[in-house]
Amino acid sequence: MKKNLSYMDSVHRDGTIWNLCVMVLLFAFPVAVALVFGVAPDWGALLTGLLATAPMYWAVGVIETITFVPMLGAGGSYLSFVTGNISNLKLPCALSALEQNEVSASSEEGEVISTIAIAVSSIVTTAIIIVGVICIVPLSPILQAPILQPAFEQILPALFGGLGVAFVSKNWKIAVAPILLMLVLFIFVPALDSGTVGIMVPVSALFTIAVARIMYKKGAL
Amino acid sequence: MVFSVNHPILYLIVGLLVAVVLGQSVFFLVKALRRSKQLGMDQTKIKKTIRSAAIFTIAPALAIVVSIAILSKKLGLPLPWLRLSVVGSMSYETIAANNALSAMGQSLGSNAALTSQQYLNVLLVMTVSIMVGIWLVPAIGKKLQNGMSALAGRDAKWADIFQNALFIGMIAAFLGFVFCDLSRLWRADANGIVVETETVFNEVGEKVQQAVHHSNTSGLIPVLVMLASALVMVICGLLMRKPKLKWLSEYAMPISLIAGMAAAIPLTAWLG
Repeated sequence: MKKNLSYMDSVHRDGTIWNLCVMVLLFAFPVAVALVFGVAPDWGALLTGLLATAPMYWAVGVIETITFVPMLGAGGSYLSFVTGNISNLKLPCALSALEQNEVSASSEEGEVISTIAIAVSSIVTTAIIIVGVICIVPLSPILQAPILQPAFEQILPALFGGLGVAFVSKNWKIAVAPILLMLVLFIFVPALDSGTVGIMVPVSALFTIAVARIMYKKGAL
Repeated sequence: MVFSVNHPILYLIVGLLVAVVLGQSVFFLVKALRRSKQLGMDQTKIKKTIRSAAIFTIAPALAIVVSIAILSKKLGLPLPWLRLSVVGSMSYETIAANNALSAMGQSLGSNAALTSQQYLNVLLVMTVSIMVGIWLVPAIGKKLQNGMSALAGRDAKWADIFQNALFIGMIAAFLGFVFCDLSRLWRADANGIVVETETVFNEVGEKVQQAVHHSNTSGLIPVLVMLASALVMVICGLLMRKPKLKWLSEYAMPISLIAGMAAAIPLTAWLG
């Protein structure tokens, strides 16, 4: 049985088992809190809180899944959607690794490389957070020092500057139109800001694919 | 049992959950490493990939620790520790916590300690709201991946271009985002000040509009940070062409990330 399973099939099988287990455990946390402290939720307030939060998050979650899974690869997707921080850490990390190894993301080598990069990134993040939590008292004044805050606030521009050079220089033909479109939209449409960039990712991706398709058909790529 | 947001039992539960998630990462790392050997991939390159992914992660991970410290003032350490180790992000959790608390006349910004019931409500709103990708990937991930493989089978060249177009599309959206406050340059009044309203939660969890003052040049900060990072990347790219400096390829991305973040400090002091 096991021999007939391809690597990709086994990734999907193991990923499904892990993700569903983690999901059950995450739901066990509030149940445990309720039991240990002998408390029930305030159901009315819970409903209000959920209605204000969940529909938006779920919509974003569905869009993120469809957009990011083809970019993260199979193993990377199962891990990333458990460990989070996708667009600000896991995906740039995977892209950087693919670029550095000069492998195509659609090949099995690409799948292996992105899984390794995302797994290492998750492990290192978890480890740093554990150290941070243990040393929060001495670390807080340093990490929260006013002088350092601009550096943490500007992580995304600092990430996408380097990543942009690496990817745009190799694919500049298909990059010009989407970059121009996104610049114009973000500069002149006030509603577009850090809260809406997640929604613009699939818009921009679809536009880029359309541009690339037209150029490919015309033999320009 | 008497509740507190930093109760040892909460640490214990969260510690267990984080350990399981760490286990999943290790499991997939080992699995992918084994596969890389079966595929006959260059193991020195794999080691380089591991090293550079680890270095690349340090600065963003420190930013996550900062978020935990900020959230822990109200929510205690265990809950933010879990939320930011497992899915979640600073902005998501802040919104979720405020939405949960405002329905109970509380807010993240108030000084009143959380009751066990308020804590439970926050926990439930966060958990239920974020729970999408974690089951949706098992549900549709295989179909999406098979679609990509089928594409590669039909037309390998187009599949490659398609994949790059996806990446470029994402990068273009974030490059656009870097410019989102640039219009402050021409929206400012005669004193060079732009007043923007932001929605914040007051002490009792009501949404109120608050005026925030920005300098007209503040929108330039992310643009210049991005350019600084890009410039360092270009320099690394040029240096890497020399055989002696080829080792830089492993570190180019983390170096440009750190350089951009470092540049943000004087740029913010100057333009902010």
